[in-house]
Amino acid sequence: MLNNHAKLMQFFSVANEVTGRKKLQKMIYILQKQDIPFEEKYQFHFYGPYSEELTLRVEELCNLGFIDEMKEEKSSYYQYHYTITSAGETFLNQFSTGLPDFTDKVVMLKGRSSRFLELVSTMLYFDDLSKNEVEEKIQITKPKQKYSLDEISEAWAFIGKLSQVQ
Amino acid sequence: MAYKDEQLNEEKVFKDPVHRYVHVKDRVIWDLIATPEFQRLRRIKQLGTTNYTFHGAEHSRFNHSLGVYEIVRRIIYNFQDRPHWNNDERLLCLCAALLHDLGHGPFSHSFEKVFKLDHEYFTQAIILGDTYINKILERVASGFAQKVADVIAKTYEDKLVVSLISSQIDADRMDYLQRDAYFTGVSYGHFDMERILRVMRPIEDQVVIKSTGMHAVEDYIMSRYQMYWQVYFHPVTRSAEVILSKILHRAKYLYETNDFKFKLKPTHFISFFKGKVALDEYLKLDESIVHYYFQLWQEEDDSILRDLCERFMNRRLFKYVEFNPNLQMNEWMELYRLFQKANIDPEYYLVVDSSSDLPYDFYRPGEEEERLPIHLLMPNNELKELSRHSDIVESISGRKRTDHKLYFPNDLLNDIKDENIKNRIKAILYGRGEIKNVK
Repeated sequence: MLNNHAKLMQFFSVANEVTGRKKLQKMIYILQKQDIPFEEKYQFHFYGPYSEELTLRVEELCNLGFIDEMKEEKSSYYQYHYTITSAGETFLNQFSTGLPDFTDKVVMLKGRSSRFLELVSTMLYFDDLSKNEVEEKIQITKPKQKYSLDEISEAWAFIGKLSQVQ
Repeated sequence: MAYKDEQLNEEKVFKDPVHRYVHVKDRVIWDLIATPEFQRLRRIKQLGTTNYTFHGAEHSRFNHSLGVYEIVRRIIYNFQDRPHWNNDERLLCLCAALLHDLGHGPFSHSFEKVFKLDHEYFTQAIILGDTYINKILERVASGFAQKVADVIAKTYEDKLVVSLISSQIDADRMDYLQRDAYFTGVSYGHFDMERILRVMRPIEDQVVIKSTGMHAVEDYIMSRYQMYWQVYFHPVTRSAEVILSKILHRAKYLYETNDFKFKLKPTHFISFFKGKVALDEYLKLDESIVHYYFQLWQEEDDSILRDLCERFMNRRLFKYVEFNPNLQMNEWMELYRLFQKANIDPEYYLVVDSSSDLPYDFYRPGEEEERLPIHLLMPNNELKELSRHSDIVESISGRKRTDHKLYFPNDLLNDIKDENIKNRIKAILYGRGEIKNVK
């Protein structure tokens, strides 16, 4: 029961605080691609992989009082901050999620911008293609983001490092 | 004349209860509709188990696919002379609209969850594989099938084209909301689509709505919200879906248990159980086949499989209570143990279903760059996110509404011999006074 919710709680417990819904979306997707078995279904959207299921599940966790969502008004948009509550910790303690340790991966992901994670998640979305084809896809699907060659190289290196840590 | 430009001698029409007529003039579209892969969609219901609640909901993915095609055809007609619209993309849009749901299987959401499948993967496989559909698309132009697949996968370079088929206000949603409302017979779900089509404007990479059309869009957002809670998340429909999922889990479990011998060998399911489903095997499974197995599995030796199939076939559904996993976790754990003691396997007969288990959503503007919202085109040519301008949309989308229910077979509880266990279970379930009888 609620195993997928518990897995997300495990993530929030490890992450401590996540700033930004876009960043949250990309973090979970990238972890999925690193074989951490989160089960939210993703589709490709305007800003890269996006999961409606994840959005809904996080809303459920907020409504249940397991996650605290803080809405911050920015100049032209809102930004959201997520932290686990004590009720959330209690809920999580009743489960054995069976997830491997992914603490170091989360630390690495938290340290990056949502723009960079959009690039990384998009590259991973096309991981059945060759490196050249992936880079071509980035230019086709993300023309407005204008990712530079340096950023793309950095993203490749990041993906390599990410798979080496827990 | 090139195949891509070929027109039928006379326009063909399909009589349609939602759009009155679906018009086909392109030879390519006519040929695609005639393929076995597309005709298969007649045997897959659009709303899965919803007909257990709303008996009229027997419409198919075939109906819906034609409807989405028709809406896109009308949008493109309106766009013809507008800036930013490239009419060379017309046939691509029509093909993608027609084929966008091609990979759906029977009761696809349950199958996807239980067997870890993705209907979008199969849509791509049908369009790009050795199929009649692929042959037609490749006859249009070499590489055309890949373009259609890319539009449906939302990875096509022209985002405007993608947004016609898939966005917060797209042809897909506009068709299924109206069609599902029509066939379920509910009074919500209706909105003025003609007005929305008239105020849609193509811009560089998306379709936006001229601000004077905001109220028509408000109606669409309200319909989406009401259909979500009144039809898609109807607890009786969810009860049937819960049982369906448990049947699939049980059949898979029994198949993997070497000492169980099915009286009816689950031939059509074996690749699903093994997690390696080839395209030809996927295409063979439709709802008639699934029902055939469920009918005969009522005679299997396994009491759980037999019982679940009998429930599904005869609409003997689980009952439900509201459930709050925060406040009632201890009760749930006690119930789990009591079910075990009563010899009712809680893995199959005590099920929590959440709103996030549903493949539908309602409108949320989201955070910047989380997902693309609906934009209004203001008189000064600025774009404004819909909920920032509409109080109605803001009030709907600003409120988080979620739901969890606990499903169980009330009739089996009545049969428990041990009165102490039975009374305790009933005290937990009914004690809160929130039980609602299944219709």
